[in-house]
Amino acid sequence: MQSNKLGWILLAPTLVILFFFGVLPFLYVVFVSFHQWNPFAASPEMIFNGAENFRRIVFDEAFLNSLGVTVMFVVFAVLSELVIGYLLAQAFMKEFPGKSIFRTIHTLPLIMAPIIVGSVWKLMTTPSIGIIPHYLDEWFGISMNIGTSAPAAFMTIVIMDIWHWTPLVTLTLIAALVSLPRDPFEQAQIDGANKGQIFWHITLPMITPALVATIFIRLMDALRTVDEVWMLTGGGPGSSTRFLGVHIFKEVFPKTNYGYGSTISVIVLYLTIVVCWLLYVSMLAPRKNRKG
Amino acid sequence: MKKRNPLLTTLFWVLISLMTLFPIYWLFVISVKPAVQLFSTPDLIVNNPYWGNYTEVLGNRLLRSYMINSLVISTGNAVLCTVLGFFTCYALSRFQFRGKESIFFWTITNRMAPPAVFLLPLFLLMTQVYRIGDFTLLDTRIGMILVYCTFNLPFAIWTLRPTIDAIPRELDEAAYVDGASPWKVITEIVFPLCRPGLAVTLILTWVFAWNEYLLAATLTNFEARTLTTGLSEYVTTTGTEWGIMATISVFTLIPALIVFGLVQKHIVAGLTFGAVKG
Repeated sequence: MQSNKLGWILLAPTLVILFFFGVLPFLYVVFVSFHQWNPFAASPEMIFNGAENFRRIVFDEAFLNSLGVTVMFVVFAVLSELVIGYLLAQAFMKEFPGKSIFRTIHTLPLIMAPIIVGSVWKLMTTPSIGIIPHYLDEWFGISMNIGTSAPAAFMTIVIMDIWHWTPLVTLTLIAALVSLPRDPFEQAQIDGANKGQIFWHITLPMITPALVATIFIRLMDALRTVDEVWMLTGGGPGSSTRFLGVHIFKEVFPKTNYGYGSTISVIVLYLTIVVCWLLYVSMLAPRKNRKG
Repeated sequence: MKKRNPLLTTLFWVLISLMTLFPIYWLFVISVKPAVQLFSTPDLIVNNPYWGNYTEVLGNRLLRSYMINSLVISTGNAVLCTVLGFFTCYALSRFQFRGKESIFFWTITNRMAPPAVFLLPLFLLMTQVYRIGDFTLLDTRIGMILVYCTFNLPFAIWTLRPTIDAIPRELDEAAYVDGASPWKVITEIVFPLCRPGLAVTLILTWVFAWNEYLLAATLTNFEARTLTTGLSEYVTTTGTEWGIMATISVFTLIPALIVFGLVQKHIVAGLTFGAVKG
């Protein structure tokens, strides 16, 4: 085996950059989370208040509500994206006329900025100017108003997220599927395995690393979504789409509650890490055992 | 494999494409409407397009400089993240050392941070700590290139890892036996084999950096301001200029489309590579 020194040299730039732009700002946020602080006030002093912020968060209904809404959003959006993304990736593995054109078209939403996606969907769904409520009403007699109906606002955000991010899942799964060796599939077909058996016993275990990576990226991005939702609904109506990212944003900017906002961030980051770590261990550990 | 009806396949993809394209088409429709028409009944087809928004945006010198900043920052960041991500994944894949799985997991935790609350610490660190004499990273292109690493570098590492893990170690070892240096193995054996994964990583990190809004809005002022932040200048207290915003959005889409089109070929090349490898 090669010397470990080379390994560390290759790792060093990444570790240094992430330390200065990830770890240090985080330590700062942890420090602030023990204070009461409004940096935008006339006298921006930090007042140490111990664990008061942390005590408050446990009984904070607004926080618990946004936690619930976020979990629901993540489950609906990420699950749909995985299923649709996988089916499309498999469909793209076959040859058909115009394949590369269709693949390019499918990937287009990815190149749009979240803030722009938020504005477009707002323009399409806002009652009185939006095209979707207009035709829903004209063709089906359904009235849709994301400004007053909580389910409508929530569903719009889920659909917007699926529209925007499914291509990412498709792309990473295509990359994974393409790099798979052919032999196990041919062998399985010779042995008379059906499609379901091939999927569960061959495809799925082999694409698990890529799948876990994809779930992570989508999960954590969904957990910290701000721009799109802020643009589309601003967290409303009421607090029905006030996801954690939006909740923190509201706490920090309009309310200038920086200390408490930091506390929520620390907790959210901690929860995210724990959830992801559990997923990581439970999904990757069995695979390693089988290998060893 | 059973044969599929090609007509049905095409119909399926046309339908998917229409659903995908509609919001983008609608953006274009809005950009060629004068403000007064926005609030009338929505028409699917524009009969007489109005180009006023376009002449206004094109004539704006500030927006042009924002666009150049966006291009420099996102390209710099994408290249940096892809190269560093590649080195990191190579180290994680080929070397045995304690805690390497922890390092791998730790990198991604940097991406999990809720952005709103990290703006201020980054701002303070960049103005007060990371400075050489009068030079601060704030409002500089290099500063933004580095800041975007926080969320893009972990992304690059996590998307590249499976690709590099899938390349057989025997290839590296054979090259070492033939007397190649580690640098040669990395650049001439592993790097070319990773091209499909690298291409995907490069486009996506580029796009994420190009599209970023919140950090750019806080950490740039004039010198390194990006195109997406230019958007927010049209959301004012007196109301939103939807037409102009849609037009700027169309302009943010064009370079992304071009970059995308350029790299698409490499993904296709990658697809054939995958097919022969098995």
